[in-house]
Amino acid sequence: MYHTLAVLVENSPGVLARVAGLFSRRGYNIDSLAVGRTDNPTISRMTIVVEGDERVLEQVSKQLHKLVDVIKIGDITAAPHVDRELVLIKVNANANTRGEVMQIAQVFRAAIVDYGHKNLTLECTGNQEKISAFEEALQPFGIKELVRTGKVAMLRGAKYTNITKTKEED
Amino acid sequence: MKMSGAEILIDSLKEMGADTIFGYPGGQALPIYDALYDSDINHLLTRHEQGAVHAADGYARASGKVGVCLATSGPGATNLVTGIANAYMDSVPLVAITGQVPTSLLGRDSFQEVDITGITLPITKHNYIVKDIRDLGRIVKEAFYVASTGRPGPVLIDIPKDISAGEMDYHRNGFLDLPGYNPPRKGKEELLNQAFKAIAISQRPVIYAGGGVVSAAAHQELKQLAETLLAPVATTLMGLGGFPEDHPLALGMLGMHGTKYANYAICDCDLLIAVGVRFDDRVTGKVESFAPHAKIIHIDIDPAEMGKNVRVDIPIAGDLKIVLNQLLERLEARLAGAWQDKVATWKKEYPLEFNEKGSGLKPQQIIQEIYRLTEGQARVTTEVGQHQMWAAQYYTYTKPRSFISSGGLGTMGYGFPAALGVQVACPEETVFDIAGDGSIQMNIQELATAVDYQLPVNVAIMNNGYLGMVRQWQEILYNRRYSYSEMKSPDYVKLAEAYGAEGYQITRQDEVAEVLQAAIQSQKPVLMDFVIEREENVLPFVPPGKALNEMLG
Repeated sequence: MYHTLAVLVENSPGVLARVAGLFSRRGYNIDSLAVGRTDNPTISRMTIVVEGDERVLEQVSKQLHKLVDVIKIGDITAAPHVDRELVLIKVNANANTRGEVMQIAQVFRAAIVDYGHKNLTLECTGNQEKISAFEEALQPFGIKELVRTGKVAMLRGAKYTNITKTKEED
Repeated sequence: MKMSGAEILIDSLKEMGADTIFGYPGGQALPIYDALYDSDINHLLTRHEQGAVHAADGYARASGKVGVCLATSGPGATNLVTGIANAYMDSVPLVAITGQVPTSLLGRDSFQEVDITGITLPITKHNYIVKDIRDLGRIVKEAFYVASTGRPGPVLIDIPKDISAGEMDYHRNGFLDLPGYNPPRKGKEELLNQAFKAIAISQRPVIYAGGGVVSAAAHQELKQLAETLLAPVATTLMGLGGFPEDHPLALGMLGMHGTKYANYAICDCDLLIAVGVRFDDRVTGKVESFAPHAKIIHIDIDPAEMGKNVRVDIPIAGDLKIVLNQLLERLEARLAGAWQDKVATWKKEYPLEFNEKGSGLKPQQIIQEIYRLTEGQARVTTEVGQHQMWAAQYYTYTKPRSFISSGGLGTMGYGFPAALGVQVACPEETVFDIAGDGSIQMNIQELATAVDYQLPVNVAIMNNGYLGMVRQWQEILYNRRYSYSEMKSPDYVKLAEAYGAEGYQITRQDEVAEVLQAAIQSQKPVLMDFVIEREENVLPFVPPGKALNEMLG
């Protein structure tokens, strides 16, 4: 089963290596990892999607807690949450096919971010199923290049993950 | 006050109470060494950086203080790696300081540059590279705090030369910036209640105690717990000395080379109280058959140890001393019953024993003799192998921090430099390194350090001309095919003399006590070459992957 972890870390050099190293060293599988700094410039937030059963997840989260740079971990899989991923796709599009590609973009509410003679670059945001469906729809035209950000996620409603609660109180 | 980075480092070390450093200088550490020249910190120059880190480790284990070692960049730093991993596996509080190339040369494969923070990432509790002199004082303090609190461990600080040589206006302040570091302290009430219930209904309780008892200085509480519940106590290698082995409830060591009665008690108990342990494979044997009838209460400072190797029914994360006191407040004394009788019968029926006949000296007998002549008061370090297990089995440890050995990593060459650190920490005490002929040759160069600083450690080499434990496994598991396990030694007597130490070779039973006595009296380091029975085995032996009650011997 896939779990989505929201992890607050100190925005210090080497923190990504520490987290990534921990996963490889202990044999946990990362499906995706997205990281960027938060509204507090000293703190970064990682969204990590990891595969494993309850036992593995418990170990992952306990081992992450042991890293001094990790401030807080929340497993938000079971709670209502919004998750999004962004994809950029460069796809073949000549005079004959361009119209059709643009129609597909419209269906998926994707934006055209670059317009070339032989290709279009499209930007699409959504959950993982939508992104995959979008990719599939463009496949027949010939995808030249594709880049996905990995999932970012946030709890819905009044609940939030921030650093005011210490790790011990989780 | 205007101070250099190196001066800030030394000032911060002193602020943290560090008065002893084991180290080895080199190019990028020169500013630090220059500042040491004027300081009153006691610096001991070893002959290899690995000697320095093991000595700092031994110093830490004997004293309970944070050990400090210092090396230069590149090869100096990589020579610390084994010792850092060793301290990490055994949860030893250590601060390792390394010189580094100037920040302007970082990442350019400069002379003697190595990414030591990258290399030590998986074997340190935390590590730092100082890129701004204004962070240096805080980092040193954080390093000591992280190394010594919670589950102790090694912390490395990498200091580029322009930082140690740079200057700033510095004033001490106590600021630490560790928002993500909150080790647990008290046990959760709800889990304690579950523990009380489990204890109340148990008929056959056993305590399984490890190195955490020693680290947390919870040996008194452990003894009280055992006496209250009349629960026999099995200790791990790391836990030896955490419970007095001459106590009627002591079962000695459990696991691969544990006593039969300790392993039988684990297999038969209905409640296992695991304190300050991590369910290592050398302890559990086949995991599925470990304590098969028992409810398991696990008390440890590190929540990540709970359920890592073995399923645990009641995991209580917290400071051992605090949690044990929380338990003791509410526990009532028990009366002896059938369980205590059964354990006593096992102890009588299956004592630790060895065949006293044979052509050569018996290592077990030599260790018993060391125990007798030191009246059980020595600090014993070991290397790794057969002699280590005999030292664990045949010396009776009654005090915490009296048995100092490389448990988790199993580092050959640990015991001798560690003994030097122990002797520095405990200058008035008798220190023995019980060694093998293989292990002692791994850090033999530290004899020069021992002589240089007049550290009168006693090295008792159990010399069988083999890598004995390798040979034993080859005998039992590889059909006696002794592939590269036979090994020749130098003339240890001449070697000791060449270094300025004392050397003895002992081949006869009637010389053992006499030489040991002379060594204990001597003010010099002494190397004793005991020529022992060549194919003596460590028994009992639970072959890897077998259950604890499937032992040989």
